[in-house]
Amino acid sequence: MAEAIKAQKKQIAQKKQIGPSGSGWIVWVFLAPAILAMGLTVFYPLMKGIWFSFTDIDQYTMGNAFEAPSYEFIGLENYKEILFSQDSDLLRVLWQTVLWTVINVSFHFGLGLLFALLLNHGFKGRSLFRLLLMVPWAVPAYVAAFSWRWMFNGDYGLFNQVLQMFSIEPINWLSKPFWAMTAAIATNVWLGYPFMMVSILAGLKTIPGALYEAAMLDGASRFQQFKQITLPMLRPVSLSVILLGFVWTFNMFPVIYLVTKGGPYGSTEILATYAYREAFESWNLAEASTYGVIILSILIVLSTIYSRMTKERVS
Amino acid sequence: MNKNDEVLTIVGSDPVGLRLLKYAILILGSFYAVFPLLWIVSTSLKSESAVFSETLELFPSEPRFANYWDVIKDNDFIFLKWFGNSLLVALGTTIVGIFFASTAAYAFSRFRFKGRSTGLFLFLVTQMFPGIILVIPLYQLMARLGLLNSYMGLIIAYSTTALPFCVFMLKGYFDTVPKSLEEAARMDGLSHFQIFWKIMMPLCLPGIVVTGFFSMITSWNEFMLALTFMSEESKYLLPVGLKKYVFDFKTQWQLVSAAAVMVTFPVLAIWLRVQTALMSGKLSGSVKG
Repeated sequence: MAEAIKAQKKQIAQKKQIGPSGSGWIVWVFLAPAILAMGLTVFYPLMKGIWFSFTDIDQYTMGNAFEAPSYEFIGLENYKEILFSQDSDLLRVLWQTVLWTVINVSFHFGLGLLFALLLNHGFKGRSLFRLLLMVPWAVPAYVAAFSWRWMFNGDYGLFNQVLQMFSIEPINWLSKPFWAMTAAIATNVWLGYPFMMVSILAGLKTIPGALYEAAMLDGASRFQQFKQITLPMLRPVSLSVILLGFVWTFNMFPVIYLVTKGGPYGSTEILATYAYREAFESWNLAEASTYGVIILSILIVLSTIYSRMTKERVS
Repeated sequence: MNKNDEVLTIVGSDPVGLRLLKYAILILGSFYAVFPLLWIVSTSLKSESAVFSETLELFPSEPRFANYWDVIKDNDFIFLKWFGNSLLVALGTTIVGIFFASTAAYAFSRFRFKGRSTGLFLFLVTQMFPGIILVIPLYQLMARLGLLNSYMGLIIAYSTTALPFCVFMLKGYFDTVPKSLEEAARMDGLSHFQIFWKIMMPLCLPGIVVTGFFSMITSWNEFMLALTFMSEESKYLLPVGLKKYVFDFKTQWQLVSAAAVMVTFPVLAIWLRVQTALMSGKLSGSVKG
């Protein structure tokens, strides 16, 4: 309430609002539904999730419609267990997550950039190619996961049939750690490049043609134009899509969960799927919440470093 | 735009070899983009023996459309039940989502208030939150409220998944409506609510439609919450139902594929239209005109 009044006073002072003075409270009426919803489904769970990481909550102590929760505060026990215990999987899964994320985002960006550059100039069939190349974006992640899982099937899958056509020994894709990771990454690369392509395409459109004109007059080659104009001008859009892509891929759940189920022997598990399994298959809700907090912290630290580094280079 | 095109005609005069290479890459790329879907369609039309054979067949010699019927009628038409569940949740999410997004977007577009930029920033930040940290407390909350296995619970949880994006998009649409129109309406004595409902909403209908489809598809495609909250088989949403088929003892890939085709293709058409509309900015142009 106090905030509303303050906001109102400020508005009157600035004479910025539309309509007669005194309508300052109305803005809060319009904002209330979204604020309540975000509070209930995002910010409250976030706080609660952080709190859970300091408790011993599991499926018996979490409570239900008839029983009050009975979990207890246990301080940093969960963190000690995950960060310092000998049999903690954190480092292994973190390494797999980083590998998964970096490879995926590199391919997403590389393919996205390649296709965007090819689609940028007007030519025959451009809109058809653009439409076809966007198709994976429109496919639900879980459907993509199923169809790639089927293509990677060890006995009757497409890839092994093709290999056999060339008399190459079939591969047990989903039961060898290396190949399972390859299969999961292949699926996710397919799913994720169109977003980069579309964003970069939009970025290319904002580059003024006059720059190229000037470069042509100065006798710059196509490659020089690309290096000196296109790439630098794409920098802002690239930096933000890479950050977004990094966060999304880091948290990607359905692809790993459905293509490899994290297997074999947890070798393709990433933090998001590992924590989910901890929560809803082993019902270690407290430990899984702790993983959640660790994931969030890693993302915050990395994205802060990322924006610092990229800002410095600009200036 | 025109200027750009002119330059491109100069720059675009590639040697033939380069142009061939460009087309080759684009054709290969398109093949890569579309093939997995084609392969599902192909599998969905094969007989069981053709699916589980060692020979490669892209076009089934005897297409078997009965697979689709087999999926639909299996287990007392449970596929239709799941389809209905998904549709119900998607529609509910869309209606609630449009309500939240349009009111908030109106506030952000038309008012200057304390915390405005912080609010917009917070919307963006939520995109960074890992799903796993939210899903456990949400699960506990739903359990406490007795909302597990209820459509209502899932609709509440989904209502904000697409919200940040929808608010930003609708704000963009609202921004294009001239302020003079609103001032005139205020002169005529309309309240903010009337302006919102009778002027902004109808004028920005194309934007509302795009936002609506976006929320709907986000809900239709969501997997993790659907998996977590809906554990009774009759309450399954499509993703979870399909998962059950895939991880069956012996996966019937022709049936899974038929189900996947039925789930994907309605959305595919809508989604590509929405995306092209967003990209070309045609819709925002039509608001102005």
